Amino acid sequence: MHPVLKLVIQRLALGCLLLFAATVLIFAGTEILPGDVAQTILGQGATEQALANLRATLGMDQPAVVRYFQWLGNALQGDFGTALTSRQDIATSIGRRLGNTLFLASVAAIIAVPLAIFLGLLAVRYRDRWPDKLISGITLASISLPEFLLGYVLMYVFAVQLGWFPSVSNINDSMSFWQKLNAVALPAMVLTLVVLAHMMRMTRAAILNVMQSAYIETAELKGLRRFTIIARHAMPNSIAPIVNVVMLNLAYLVVGVVVIEVVFVYPGMGQYLVDHVSKRDVPVVQACGLIFASVYIGLNLLADIISILANPRLRHPR
Amino acid sequence: MNNEFRYLLAQATRGRLDRRAFLGRAAALGVTGAMANTLLATAVRAEGPRKGGHLAIGLQGGESTNNLDPALALTQVIAKLLGTAGETLVTVNADGTLNHVLAESIEASDDAQTWRFKIRSGVEFHNGQTLTPEDCAQTLRRHSNEDSQSGALGVMRGIADISVDGDYLVLQTSTPNADLPYLMADWHLVIQPNGGMDDPRSGIFTGPYKLVDNDYGVRHTMEKFENHWNDAVGHFNSVELLVINDPTARNSALQSGQVQMINRVEPRVAGLLGRAPNITIQSTPGRGHYVFIMHCNTAPFDNRDLRMALKYAIDREDMLERILRGFGSLGNDMPINQAYPLFDDTIEQRSYDPDLARHHYERSGHDGPIVLRTSEVAFPGAVDAAQLFQESAARAGIPIEIIREPGDGYWSETWNVQPFSASYWSGRPVQDQMYSTAYTSDADWNDTRFFNDRFDSLIAEARGELDLDRRKTLYSEAGLLVRDEGGLICPMFNDFIDAHNDTIAGWDPNPNAELMNTQAAIRCWSVG
Repeated sequence: MHPVLKLVIQRLALGCLLLFAATVLIFAGTEILPGDVAQTILGQGATEQALANLRATLGMDQPAVVRYFQWLGNALQGDFGTALTSRQDIATSIGRRLGNTLFLASVAAIIAVPLAIFLGLLAVRYRDRWPDKLISGITLASISLPEFLLGYVLMYVFAVQLGWFPSVSNINDSMSFWQKLNAVALPAMVLTLVVLAHMMRMTRAAILNVMQSAYIETAELKGLRRFTIIARHAMPNSIAPIVNVVMLNLAYLVVGVVVIEVVFVYPGMGQYLVDHVSKRDVPVVQACGLIFASVYIGLNLLADIISILANPRLRHPR
Repeated sequence: MNNEFRYLLAQATRGRLDRRAFLGRAAALGVTGAMANTLLATAVRAEGPRKGGHLAIGLQGGESTNNLDPALALTQVIAKLLGTAGETLVTVNADGTLNHVLAESIEASDDAQTWRFKIRSGVEFHNGQTLTPEDCAQTLRRHSNEDSQSGALGVMRGIADISVDGDYLVLQTSTPNADLPYLMADWHLVIQPNGGMDDPRSGIFTGPYKLVDNDYGVRHTMEKFENHWNDAVGHFNSVELLVINDPTARNSALQSGQVQMINRVEPRVAGLLGRAPNITIQSTPGRGHYVFIMHCNTAPFDNRDLRMALKYAIDREDMLERILRGFGSLGNDMPINQAYPLFDDTIEQRSYDPDLARHHYERSGHDGPIVLRTSEVAFPGAVDAAQLFQESAARAGIPIEIIREPGDGYWSETWNVQPFSASYWSGRPVQDQMYSTAYTSDADWNDTRFFNDRFDSLIAEARGELDLDRRKTLYSEAGLLVRDEGGLICPMFNDFIDAHNDTIAGWDPNPNAELMNTQAAIRCWSVG
């Protein structure tokens, strides 16, 4: 068997194992949450009788191990059950939310990833001169500000003062693609600013690392343009660390944007998860956890595989 | 006022001239903006409601875990939805009288134990079905039967029998209850076809708007229900409830015109927001209050002197100013204020008195720190309020130790469990309901563990008393008992602070709940 294929298969197997471990953790985590589902659903206004009635309806009386395997079996078949609180089918409602989250994440990623890599290349080209310092300065400043503050600032300027974009990024099925793009303009901008610095700095550092090599010197002696050397000769050899950072940031765009969702009232996965955690709606929390874990593990797996494939020593073994 | 201005005003009132153009031309005639604005508002109100337009309301208090079952509804957004799309038998007016909605008239027997509600005829549900008294009876049964998980179960407890007699819904109570009709105003008790027994989440009601789409925790859309029985409500063509839980986002949405109305403006920004052009802050004194509660049966709070010491050790004026920025009123260690009917305003206002606090504290013989539990979810500013309490008590020589609990699980692990904690109450329409919800010995949520026989008998007697003067005396004594013997420290009553922009007319404050007792969407109209 080709060693690359073997490595890739190993990675995939490891990913599956990791996912299984994650399911155990998710289930155990939701089991030890303090508080009682029935109490949280009915809130401060619950009477003892109402509580007892609800607990019986929810079937909270079976042992945890039994419930774990039931849940895992169903989840593998794409059945996450129904939400305890709204009694809606979880897969359907998550589907809608996940679609929204992926839409926002893609818009942000399509802007942020090429921009970050291009800025990284530019920073290397003008290393230690003003463009480098300007790029680093701006991106570091934007990553240092808390994202909700960035959100409020952009909202104040572009929604309240200029009125270009809506401050409430509510999207729904009746909107056209362009209306949706307009609605997510502000959150996508904030997310771009938040993830830009990390990817840009890593691109810069990784390429600078390669720039010391002898073959770059050769390329320079051949008389190639400096930017061509960086983009065509240096970058392919530093792809592994860059891909890793890009994937980490993509994963963040999918699973970590709850603050932005709250600020811009965006109907994504984050707010959906938080609502259900606070209501102890365990099936939904588990389903969200599983999806988030899969996204994280999946994207990292992809990064690993790309790194492996990008490594000529692995592709062409002696 | 010259003729030209009068002409402009008439044009603007009828909507033929938009507001900005009107203000501009008024200024050209030498009328100031503020003056012109006031005149326009008065003229618009005099003109009466205008039909049409779209209303978007930005609301705090919605979650993706919500559902449409009125029995299980707890959040603000669903309360607004039910108040907009649904109707109860009665609602409570701003002056404390009853507004007859689906109950056309109400008759009581002399002993106040049998109540007959004449159900309005010709009322249609959103699915075309006609409302019958049986639907009303079934609704009440669903909220009170043994399997009920309803938030209104406590309200329904005193009702022994529900029956139908021709056009009448007949309720029998186990003990006399002079306030029974007020209980029917509870917002959970919106009438559903067959009481929602078939499908509690159908979203079929009788209100002036019918539901079009529900995206829980995100948005609810409604359109005008053409066959509604009452032309005096429901002026917009469509209504949209947008869930905006973040306060800053809510303010921005109002300022940028994406919504015309918002609830829960934070006291600390209300002044600033009100200064923005086109925005009006509506602050309505209500019955909701912020409290610190002690369990009267748990050491060290089983000592009356210690309780009194803590009551004198809280600086109410300071707290009202700093926590509510003046958007509220002083509390007097009882859950009742002047917003309630039959309130006795001669009861002396308790104030901060470090010397008296020290005196009671020394007499209590207590030693060591007193643990107070708080959390940011207890009420807005509860953590800061606890610190203010700690400081003012320290000046009286009383050591308070604050434990900040996580917001998550606060209502199940801390409130009503720990002996001294911060909390809040929203008001009830009448005194009896407030007291029997949380202060009588058999109350569902006796969160101060107040067990006082004299108090219980006063409340029971007042409940069946039809003579108003006598009732007022009874309630006055009961209030004093809670104030002087109970475990409630109530430093302040909070106002409802809503805001709307200048496209909205017809605002009419109501102390029962925020957004005009949740009726803003059906009573206001557009002057776009």
